[in-house]
Amino acid sequence: MKNNIASRNRTAKIGQSVMFGSTLFALVALVALLLNVVNRSFGNVIVRREMEASAFSPTPLDQLSRDDLAALVKRIADSDDYEGLTRGAYRRMDLEKPFAERSKDDIIGIINERLIKEEVVTSFTMWQTVFDQAGMNAELAKLNKSLKVGSPEGRIEFRSWINSRFFTQTMGSVAENSGIRVAILGSLAVIALTMLLALPIGIGAAIYLEEYAVKSRLNDLIQTNITNLAGVPSIIYGMLGLFVFVRALESFTSGAMFGITDSNGRTVLSAGLTMSLLVLPIIIINAQEAIRAVPNSLRQASYGIGATKWETIRDHIMPAALPGIMTGTILAMSRAMGETAPMVVIGASTFIVSDPTGPFSKFTTLPIQIYTWTAQPDEQFRNIAAAAILVLLVTLLSLNMIAILLRNRFSK
Amino acid sequence: MQPQKQNSKPKEQKMLAEKASIFYGSFRAVADVTLPVYERQITAIIGPSGCGKSTLLRAFNRMNDLVQGARVDGKVLLDGEDIYGAEVDAVAVRRRVGMVFQRPNPFPKSIYDNVAYGVRLGNSRISKPELDSIVEQSLRGAALWDEVKDKLKSSGTALSGGQQQRLCIARAIAVQPDVLLMDEPCSALDPIATIKIEELMQTLKERYTIMIVTHNMQQASRASDYTVMMMMRADRAGEMIEFDETKRIFTNPRDKRTEDYVSGRFG
Ligand SMILES: Nc1ncnc2c1ncn2[C@@H]1O[C@H](COP(=O)(O)OP(=O)(O)OP(=O)(O)O)[C@@H](O)[C@H]1O
Ligand SMILES: [Mg+2]
Repeated sequence: MKNNIASRNRTAKIGQSVMFGSTLFALVALVALLLNVVNRSFGNVIVRREMEASAFSPTPLDQLSRDDLAALVKRIADSDDYEGLTRGAYRRMDLEKPFAERSKDDIIGIINERLIKEEVVTSFTMWQTVFDQAGMNAELAKLNKSLKVGSPEGRIEFRSWINSRFFTQTMGSVAENSGIRVAILGSLAVIALTMLLALPIGIGAAIYLEEYAVKSRLNDLIQTNITNLAGVPSIIYGMLGLFVFVRALESFTSGAMFGITDSNGRTVLSAGLTMSLLVLPIIIINAQEAIRAVPNSLRQASYGIGATKWETIRDHIMPAALPGIMTGTILAMSRAMGETAPMVVIGASTFIVSDPTGPFSKFTTLPIQIYTWTAQPDEQFRNIAAAAILVLLVTLLSLNMIAILLRNRFSK
Repeated sequence: MQPQKQNSKPKEQKMLAEKASIFYGSFRAVADVTLPVYERQITAIIGPSGCGKSTLLRAFNRMNDLVQGARVDGKVLLDGEDIYGAEVDAVAVRRRVGMVFQRPNPFPKSIYDNVAYGVRLGNSRISKPELDSIVEQSLRGAALWDEVKDKLKSSGTALSGGQQQRLCIARAIAVQPDVLLMDEPCSALDPIATIKIEELMQTLKERYTIMIVTHNMQQASRASDYTVMMMMRADRAGEMIEFDETKRIFTNPRDKRTEDYVSGRFG
């Protein structure tokens, strides 16, 4: 009996290596992406300062207490020796916000901005930092030659573009002083609102479709439509949001209806409404799957001892379906977090320095922020864009990881 | 087809199916069954697979309502009242006619909560001591108390199959029904667990009216007082071909097909 075993085995081997190849390719692509982002998020920079802190303070600034720093600033202003910080400037700042109330970071910021005036002249990638010492030194030499005699020289420092200031600063015209604070708060506000709207509606719809809806042509049509909606390109949702929420319902979404006058329809609320439409099909479909996976024996057990439909849903079906619903919710959240196109269309702000304070605030989101920064000519914006991408990626990957863990944990 | 009552005193009818036909959509799964269910007796339903035993059983507590398109023609009476009557609530029927299923299906909750769940539904303000005592009585009633009294807080799904099935029985009797329907309650159990359930049925019978579907002829002959024999007609509708005291069905049936079936000569 000859079964061509040899040739069948060969085919199997080929199939196996093709699939291994695909996996490898996907992995390499992912690693390349991450490396590229990391490459720009960390690396050496050439910085130049107008003066060193040691010129006016023997102890390094960050070792001084808040009160010491305030006193130091006062002393500098009173001495009349520094152009950057005159008595007049001090008085103006003190009027704006008394120094007694300013934080340590705030005061250090003022000293940096007015006196030290640190500036990143050139930034290098991680790769250059590690492998191209000669090139960096050449750049530095070139810079120092071009400086006026007597002014402080530039120097090479290592910089992580992801640092605490990056998270706490708002946008600025200089990359080193720009941060993602407003964008992160904007993203969080939009996601919170999205979930607030989409979760109850989505879960409600899933329960209706799975437990109440009888099989009819209308319900089949609804089901098909929901499935199709999940595949609609996100920019279409953006258009819908623009026409309906931003324009047609402007008096509502801008808050004019509630007495807010300084805003247009491009608010957190419009974004949240648009995003909830976008993630609704995802939530419904995942919740439906989770509810469908609840074994029928559980329903029978509940009905069998005389529970009503609602009691059965509340006490048995929902608890059993919860992990699956949460998985879907997390996936929807990560989708809402990463979406850019609809946000561009409904007009998220590209430059905004104030935190969102409520549903009627203007806002920006992390992807929009990244997009804006990558379009800037200044090279250091490329670095903070990479840093922001890294933050976004890490957030998204951890969200997806949680979703996978939940799924594995509860589907033994 | 009334049973002959030569040696037993007449029994009260707890339930009665009158010319009951059960449909799934346009398919008639059970045709024209007229069947009395006697109080505090065990009635077994036997017959080949697919002849409509489960369908008939579920018609006695309206579990078929959960299947879309299912419908019952004719009447099913409980204490003389038609449970399919317009003003009757299926939930109320199921509180009086409990059910135990083929596969043990405890809730993924603690043993205590499994039993207490149905009681709490009916009486959400019940006091803790009162509930405790109902749980204990029900577990004792299901001959499970001694095995679980030290671990009432542990999960009901962590018990053995036989224990789970007795937990399901405890859960059913906790809401104090009149009738217990059991659909092949032992088919997922080993022989020893099966015997335990059968013994339990004999004690339960003192308080409850029991109907049981079984494929196990010994079980039907050992454990039941009355037996219903069902068969599939040519149009695939199930019909009741004989109903009598169990003794008679297994020793001297009137229908040749019953004789063939109970003696294992049938398909
Ligand atoms: N939910 C349902 N929808 C449609 N048809 C059904 C449904 N449940 C059962 N049937 C049909 O009704 C008939 C009787 O089924 P039923 O389950 O009552 O048989 P049974 O005697 O209990 O069989 P078994 O001994 O295998 O459990 C079968 O033809 C079956 O296909
Ligand atoms: Mg059956």
